[in-house]
Amino acid sequence: MIKPVLLWSDVLIFLLVAALSLFVLQLRNNPQAKKRWATVFHSKVGLSSFIVILFYVAIALLDSLHFREALPAVDTEAGNETATAEQVIAYDNQVKSVLDLVLADVEKNHEKTYSAPFAIYSFSKENITLDDGSVIRDYPRLQQAGSHLQDEDELLADIIARSADAIAMGLLIAVVIIGLHWLVSRNKTSQIPWKAAYWTIALICIVTSWLLELGSVYHIFGTDKVGQDVLVQSVKAVRTGVLIGTLATLLTLPIAIILGISAGYFKGWVDDVVQYTYITLSSIPGILLIAASVLLIDVYIETHADEFNLTAIRADFKFLALCAILGLTSWTGLCRLLRAETLKISQLDYVQAAHAFGVSHSRVIGKHILPNVTHIILIALVLDFSGFVLAEAVLSYIGVGVDASMSSWGNMINAARSELSRDPVVWWSVSSAFVFMFNLVLAANLFSDQVRNAFDPRLASSTSEPAHADQGDK
Amino acid sequence: MLNYIIRRLLYALPILLGVNIITFALFFVVNTPDQMARVHLGDKHVTEEAIQNWKEQRGYHKPLFINSDSDSPLTDTIFFDKSIRLLAFDFGKSDEGRSIGADIQERMWPSLAVQLPTFIIGVSLNILLALIIVMFRATTFDIAAVTLCVVMLSISGVFYIIGGQYLFAKVWSLVPISGYLPGPDGLKFLILPIIIGVIGGIGAGTRLYRTVFLEEATRDYIRTARAKGVSEFNVLLKHLLPNGMIPILTSVVVVIPSLFIGSLLMESFFGIPGLGSYTLDAIQAQDFAIVRSMVFLGSVLYIIGLLLTDISYTFVDPRVRLS
Repeated sequence: MIKPVLLWSDVLIFLLVAALSLFVLQLRNNPQAKKRWATVFHSKVGLSSFIVILFYVAIALLDSLHFREALPAVDTEAGNETATAEQVIAYDNQVKSVLDLVLADVEKNHEKTYSAPFAIYSFSKENITLDDGSVIRDYPRLQQAGSHLQDEDELLADIIARSADAIAMGLLIAVVIIGLHWLVSRNKTSQIPWKAAYWTIALICIVTSWLLELGSVYHIFGTDKVGQDVLVQSVKAVRTGVLIGTLATLLTLPIAIILGISAGYFKGWVDDVVQYTYITLSSIPGILLIAASVLLIDVYIETHADEFNLTAIRADFKFLALCAILGLTSWTGLCRLLRAETLKISQLDYVQAAHAFGVSHSRVIGKHILPNVTHIILIALVLDFSGFVLAEAVLSYIGVGVDASMSSWGNMINAARSELSRDPVVWWSVSSAFVFMFNLVLAANLFSDQVRNAFDPRLASSTSEPAHADQGDK
Repeated sequence: MLNYIIRRLLYALPILLGVNIITFALFFVVNTPDQMARVHLGDKHVTEEAIQNWKEQRGYHKPLFINSDSDSPLTDTIFFDKSIRLLAFDFGKSDEGRSIGADIQERMWPSLAVQLPTFIIGVSLNILLALIIVMFRATTFDIAAVTLCVVMLSISGVFYIIGGQYLFAKVWSLVPISGYLPGPDGLKFLILPIIIGVIGGIGAGTRLYRTVFLEEATRDYIRTARAKGVSEFNVLLKHLLPNGMIPILTSVVVVIPSLFIGSLLMESFFGIPGLGSYTLDAIQAQDFAIVRSMVFLGSVLYIIGLLLTDISYTFVDPRVRLS
């Protein structure tokens, strides 16, 4: 028996996916936009980075299906009470997600404290009682990791054997996926560089299979202070990173679009008010404004403690507030760009003609202005995403990020402050956060580069021209 | 010119007032001083008296906007005391009772000691690298270099600091891990933060400047220079560089005043007693008076930066006249 739990951020992320799908469907009617998107996906980098981003989003979606497990029925001593107890099913206080089921094998391996990647001995010495009763101080064997090994000499051989297994398994899955796709599309000619996509998919399959297979018997990225597997934490942090990037970006959009376009279109006092607002907001150092707002959210939560009784709900509220704050403080750049572009477009002849025909303002904006500024919105959308993911890490480090109970890369980095000053250094936690975060941000940056190249008319001319000039030289 | 500057400063007033109203709304209206006192005093079972006492010591006991009990109903309020006084750079006292103005004056120099060299070296290095990349434009080197830039800017600044500290200070023991000393003795403490700051900025900076130079490279005067037979090296150095510098310099001028504020991350990792770590400590100790002052100071410096940007246009481009 499970009971689904719907957190607000879950609702939002699924709405988001729905909206994006709708957007893609809408795209089919617009030949120009379709052509531009085609150039993005016709580049190897664009396609590969898109697949990586999709993979991250898929993890985040899996981690957004929350539920609470029913606790096993408690045997009450008095027989007559069981009748009433049967109706009431107690649910676990811990909110789990579908991703937890996938990671169940990895997650169950708890240790007592730090342990290095692939270690089978603990990181710190303990008193060990030997069989003959004497007590020595030494590194104890880990409780879970490598517990199937008889001898520590087998460790390397075991890792290699299991890796081979896992890689073979991953390859098999990849071959099945790629083969299916190839069968479906072999007769169509397409400009999409499927080879690059195949490589990316194969790589993802192999890495995932390797992580899951070896993660179930070892701690690939070690364990943290309380003995939790670092790999699990990093994967759970994907949802935080992806959500903060998308939600904050999506919150900036309506504000920036409405204010920017109306300032450029209506001019006059509307323009003055909007300009004043964004100059004022952008003159406040962003990080301080965010920090100040988050501090206030903290005060709010502390004074309304009874409304946030469940840790997950409190963390979720704080998380949403953080997204809202990030969104509310960073719409000014896009707003400025949209205002300038709208000013330019509304001077053009066809807009003037529309006015002369008596077309209403909302129609002119919807039909003539908005479609002509979409490229600016799109570029800002993908550019902001990686910025927000990076910002989360810094904010959590400063202490104004997501709730400490939520796994996030920022919290892992924050913990590294004390870990790195230990001797020997506990380096695996921060490295793991680095690897996972870097992949996502790099993919997003590469993808945004491609989108910018495809959609920004100014950039398209400036990058093709020099190549031209060079040919002229020779 | 002087007229223009004065007028621009007057324009800045309503913006600063707006900043004040926003911070005021954030700090006093969303959360009442009562709630702040509760959070500060910590214990959930504080007496009403303790709260009143806490508020009175810090001047939070007055009404927000209008004090009808006082002789001067508009000035004897929280809004006037805590917000309007900021406009005259009267920062008041922190929640701990120290003078914020004196703290700021003392702490801005360490911040500047790190930020100014980082800024100057960073911008020069990025321009140099961008120029080299432009020299080899549309070759494999160009693509590799741009990819490297994207990789470098995908790494969070925190990792540069952690990695740099680990390598330079811990493994190679070239410089102390953290600390600060005023004067020339403190140089050994400054080297690492500056190097890390410069390296951390290479990715974004070089990529941006490369675009600027490339755009400039399509202009007619470059083509003319090449047609005249000017060597590629001279085209870059004598024609492209001076003209490309204009948009670059005018775009970096805006951050110069903000160098005083320092960097939150850098200063907290390296234990530099500048304004960045001051702000960070205040955030972590929930000292709202300091955070409020720093928000205001940051806005003032940003607005000065905008003004400097406009003025710098007249220096580099004689066609621009301020009026």
